Amino acid sequence: MKTELTVNGRAVTVDVEPRMTLLDCLRDELDLKGTHAGCEHGVCGACTVMVDGRAVRSCLMLAVQGDGLDIRTIEGFAPDAGELSVVQDAFCETHGLQCGYCTPGMIVAAHALLSHNDEPSDEEIRDAISGNICRCTGYGQIVEAIRLAAERMRQSNTRAFEAEGGESA
Amino acid sequence: MKPAPFSYVRPSSLDEACAALASEEDARVLAGGQTLMPMLAMRLSRPTLLVDITRIAELIGIEEQGSSIVVRAATVQAYALRSELIAREVPLLAKALPNVGHPPTRNRGTVGGSVAHGDPSAEISLAATVLEAGIVFRDGEDETSFLPEEFFIGPTVTMAPMGGCLTRIVFPKKPSGRVGTGFHEVASRRSDYAFASAAAQLVFDEDGTCSEARLGIGSVGDVPVKVDVDGLVGGAADDAAIRDVVAEALRDLEAVDDLHATASYRRRAAAALAERALREARDEALESRP
Repeated sequence: MKTELTVNGRAVTVDVEPRMTLLDCLRDELDLKGTHAGCEHGVCGACTVMVDGRAVRSCLMLAVQGDGLDIRTIEGFAPDAGELSVVQDAFCETHGLQCGYCTPGMIVAAHALLSHNDEPSDEEIRDAISGNICRCTGYGQIVEAIRLAAERMRQSNTRAFEAEGGESA
Repeated sequence: MKPAPFSYVRPSSLDEACAALASEEDARVLAGGQTLMPMLAMRLSRPTLLVDITRIAELIGIEEQGSSIVVRAATVQAYALRSELIAREVPLLAKALPNVGHPPTRNRGTVGGSVAHGDPSAEISLAATVLEAGIVFRDGEDETSFLPEEFFIGPTVTMAPMGGCLTRIVFPKKPSGRVGTGFHEVASRRSDYAFASAAAQLVFDEDGTCSEARLGIGSVGDVPVKVDVDGLVGGAADDAAIRDVVAEALRDLEAVDDLHATASYRRRAAAALAERALREARDEALESRP
């Protein structure tokens, strides 16, 4: 089934079976391996991407449902090749990752939160990543990373990603 | 690919969706997919045709109609959570919504999908049960409305007509007077499937006498249930009265055992949450202006 997607600002047309998830489409058809396949049934959050500015789980969405929608994956957040986004940088600095498997989902969830809330409380940060499981860090440094990223964005007067509507993460 | 093969259509009107649903015996509605997609991935569900209703304009939106607030079936939960109309007129639903899934699942999951799936721990279904909301299906040319207590018949088993499409949930607006609500649940992590949940709505007169009392318990038995707390009506609903009425109301509550929690734990948790929800509802009502 022919499906037109906008992925990280680039219009692409894929021809996929209806049963293919958006996750598999991104990884296997478009070779964007940054979005991680974890549980593949909506529990772990590793596959979180932005769809029309809102964080969603790409394993719980069919690729054909993305027809005409704007999709942003972890590959689409860095300002330029070889650079990191403010959130990615903060994760490195505070050791907000260890094995790295959950990290793309965490970073997308953090960007979604910071796109409409540049001064989140720890409670709001925890709520935003409540659907993302990390088995290494104990979450403390992840919360710290998002807090640090928020502070830097406030200082530089920029937002993580100008999103419309949607919920925090 | 994890799911078994199926065909997919994305109609743009309810008529087309109903025609597609009637065209194949194993056709199923796909809305936000937040519960159907895991079932497909685990091959617990093997539909031959999925009818995607997420872009049918007439199935999206929240509006006021007389004494009701109508939530159309494919309205996403994140939108309902931000709705001022729901916050003002259906405060119990507003309190339930933050407990529904996580932000990324609320961004896709729909209000109707949660009800249609019939999970006994679904918070929206519990709010609908307590408030006796109408669950309206379109079935071919006909329209059928169910009350929650007749609609939910078992875990993920409902009275939904075969080939029908849920179109809207009709919530009654909050009554006049001093109204308070409470919603509490326990789960293994924030916003996960609850082991027990309680939703309460109380109405008080100007002189502080309780004139209407509603309580519902979710996640404990096979379906969300509304329990009788009329014993609070006519009194002040003080802590002792709440304790006694809850103990009496939950005496025969059916509870299930599973790997997450035992039946006796669920019963105890339900009683504690029910008292908490009723106390919160009372305090909120008495603080409000008539």
